[in-house]
Amino acid sequence: MDLVFGKMLDNLIIIGAILFCLGIYTVITRRNAVGILMGVELMLNSANLNFVAFSKFRWGMPDGQVFVIFVIILAAAEAAVALAIILSIFHNFGDIDVDTKDLLKE
Amino acid sequence: MLGIDFLGSQFWPLLILLCPLAAFVVQIFIGRFLPRKGDWVSLAAIGISLLISVACFAQVLIKKDPHFTAGFPSYQWLTAGMFTIKMGILFDNITAIMLVVVTLVSFLVHLYSVGYMHGDIRYSRFFAYLSLFSFSMIGLVLSNNLLSLYIFWELVGVSSYLLIGFWFEKVSAANACKKAFVTNRVGDFGFFLGILLIIFFLGKTEYGEVFNALKMSRPVDFTEGWLTFAGVCLFMGAVGKSAQFPLHVWLPDAMEGPTPVSALIHAATMVAAGVYMVTRLYPVFTPDALLVIAYVGGFTAIFAATIALVQNDIKRVLAYSTVSQLGYMVMGLGVGGYVAGFYHLWTHAFFKALLFLCSGSVIHALHSQDLRDMGGLWKKMPITFVAMTIGTLAISGFPPYFVSGFYSKDGILGATLALVMERPQHFVLAIFGFLGAAFTAFYMFRLIYMTFTGHPRDEHKYEHAHESPWTMTVPLMVLAVLSICSAGFFSGSEWFGDYVQKPESAVVMAHVPAGAHEAVAGSEAVHEGGHSTEHAAHQYAVILSILIVFISITLATLTYYHKFKKISAEKIAERLKPVYNLLYNKYYIDEIYEKFIIRPVVRFTKLCSRFDSGVIDGAVNGTAKATVFAAFATGQHDLKVIDGAVNGVAQTVIAAGKGAGMMQTGRIKNYFAWAVGGMVCILGLIYLLLLRR
Repeated sequence: MDLVFGKMLDNLIIIGAILFCLGIYTVITRRNAVGILMGVELMLNSANLNFVAFSKFRWGMPDGQVFVIFVIILAAAEAAVALAIILSIFHNFGDIDVDTKDLLKE
Repeated sequence: MLGIDFLGSQFWPLLILLCPLAAFVVQIFIGRFLPRKGDWVSLAAIGISLLISVACFAQVLIKKDPHFTAGFPSYQWLTAGMFTIKMGILFDNITAIMLVVVTLVSFLVHLYSVGYMHGDIRYSRFFAYLSLFSFSMIGLVLSNNLLSLYIFWELVGVSSYLLIGFWFEKVSAANACKKAFVTNRVGDFGFFLGILLIIFFLGKTEYGEVFNALKMSRPVDFTEGWLTFAGVCLFMGAVGKSAQFPLHVWLPDAMEGPTPVSALIHAATMVAAGVYMVTRLYPVFTPDALLVIAYVGGFTAIFAATIALVQNDIKRVLAYSTVSQLGYMVMGLGVGGYVAGFYHLWTHAFFKALLFLCSGSVIHALHSQDLRDMGGLWKKMPITFVAMTIGTLAISGFPPYFVSGFYSKDGILGATLALVMERPQHFVLAIFGFLGAAFTAFYMFRLIYMTFTGHPRDEHKYEHAHESPWTMTVPLMVLAVLSICSAGFFSGSEWFGDYVQKPESAVVMAHVPAGAHEAVAGSEAVHEGGHSTEHAAHQYAVILSILIVFISITLATLTYYHKFKKISAEKIAERLKPVYNLLYNKYYIDEIYEKFIIRPVVRFTKLCSRFDSGVIDGAVNGTAKATVFAAFATGQHDLKVIDGAVNGVAQTVIAAGKGAGMMQTGRIKNYFAWAVGGMVCILGLIYLLLLRR
């Protein structure tokens, strides 16, 4: 049983890492702000996956899963804020292509 | 059936569930690129589900065991301390019946949509949504515990939202889907509260375990009042989803969606989910909770029927009729007519889907939904006319002993009458029931006469009217046949009673004050006390309802059939102007909600906004001003004293800064890329310095 579970943990961590890299790739390459937001969600969820994986297959305690619920809620809040920012960018510039926005330079 | 035991393993029920899901995934991602835009994927998927459902149903029919339950294991989904949630499939007679209803109507609506939605720009997405709905509804039916029921419950809500707003370019459709979702949210809040209360009291989620835990519970654990409260909370979910008063407002507006959707979701299946839920959880409802259910259902039945009397939009008449019929089912369950209520769900699914698809066929031909544009259509659309007449006879409870609606409605009225004869103080329920039946027959015949008989009121539209293509008429014929024979060929509700039986109430006697139990649970007492009362009640109900139906059909004929026109509807409307206006404006419920709920909420929101911009922003601005002043003072000091020293340093730093400044492009993605690069460097360093030893 330990053998199976150990393998499971490895697999889940690898999936998490792949998800995380995909998230980073999405965030760096996307021009659309909503796409970037999706990338961020991917990264958050890869972290969630790690939490759950360790909680289930390493420590056997629900603490990690509780963390995940918090992360999901925070992610929802974060998405709301980010969407509000995107909307306000859209109102000000007329598009949400982040490559053309370099106001941070000022 | 081919020697396969469809109920032996979870494979077949799971296949029923997963086929539409697969179709949804295929359709949503690559549907647009498939030949014929992929409508055959959805059709095939639901077709497979239908075949398996029918096979399962046939095997259940052969078993003929009212207590049959396929013993599937349930799997642990989540554990937190002592509390575990298990997921699994529940397959018994009710499941088999519901599966046939859902997949059959769903399949016919898919087929009908091929003709109805032809040429729509989002054709493939429509089928994707239909598949999503079928998946969620099947999941809802197969659930064996409260939480997965709730999950699928919300999923059908979502797909209903998507489909009502399918033509979101129309402002009215966009508003309607929002309204449907938000109104359902109110009910779902109660439903979830009810589930949480059940979990809190009993610590179980699986239906059977909940009932057992309830039977085992002692009066000290919780009082009957709490259990009634939990039951009413659970029923709130049904009030929202099955459009009972006061949350019925979303269903008529939901008719903004395409007509096949109205037939599938807002007439036959999804709105019946609330009734199904009450059926499933029947044992947890206390007598008081059942009484609340009966009154809400009865009031809804007559309330919506009166509105339907004067509406002029063909789909709105049917929508209010649906609300009213759902009220009947709920009332039937509430008064203890468990079998009758569920039986009405089964027959209503067929004839109401039939009526909606017929109205869709008319709308498709005329491009108008207004009854005042119609008339004389029977010559142009004979199939639709015949099908719709059968549907009308069925819903009116017309007595020839083969139209399905007669039996089910009769069962409900009989159960109501039985309760009233036991406990005369609830006589209002019987009035609700019988008067509602009279109104139902009247408005349905008004609909038929105005649509199909007489002279065409709009010659231009009449000229262009034509019978619909075969994909639309075949479902009509199939449903017409089912509307007749779903009552089981002349045998009445007896065959149904062989498969569905009222479960024992799980509410322990100790929770209920002595005496209340036999008094309240209506037919509970009737069953024990004597079958004679119930039998007599059914006899009276049959005679009374036949009488009422005939009187009201005669009245409708005299008013709306051009050859026997004796009564002028306009004159009556003129004389009873206030009543007519009240009904025409649907009792001003929408306006009342607008005035007393929506506007105060908006006003409160504005108040919050003003607080935000006034107080909080003011505070922030004040801080900012103070900071500016402090900064100015510091700035003076800076300029005079420190700058001199710093300038020298600055000169050197500027050179370095220019180099580093190249990094600062102002584009957030570059920053992010630098951050990721830095993280990789740090991780690399940690690896090199610390871990490699």
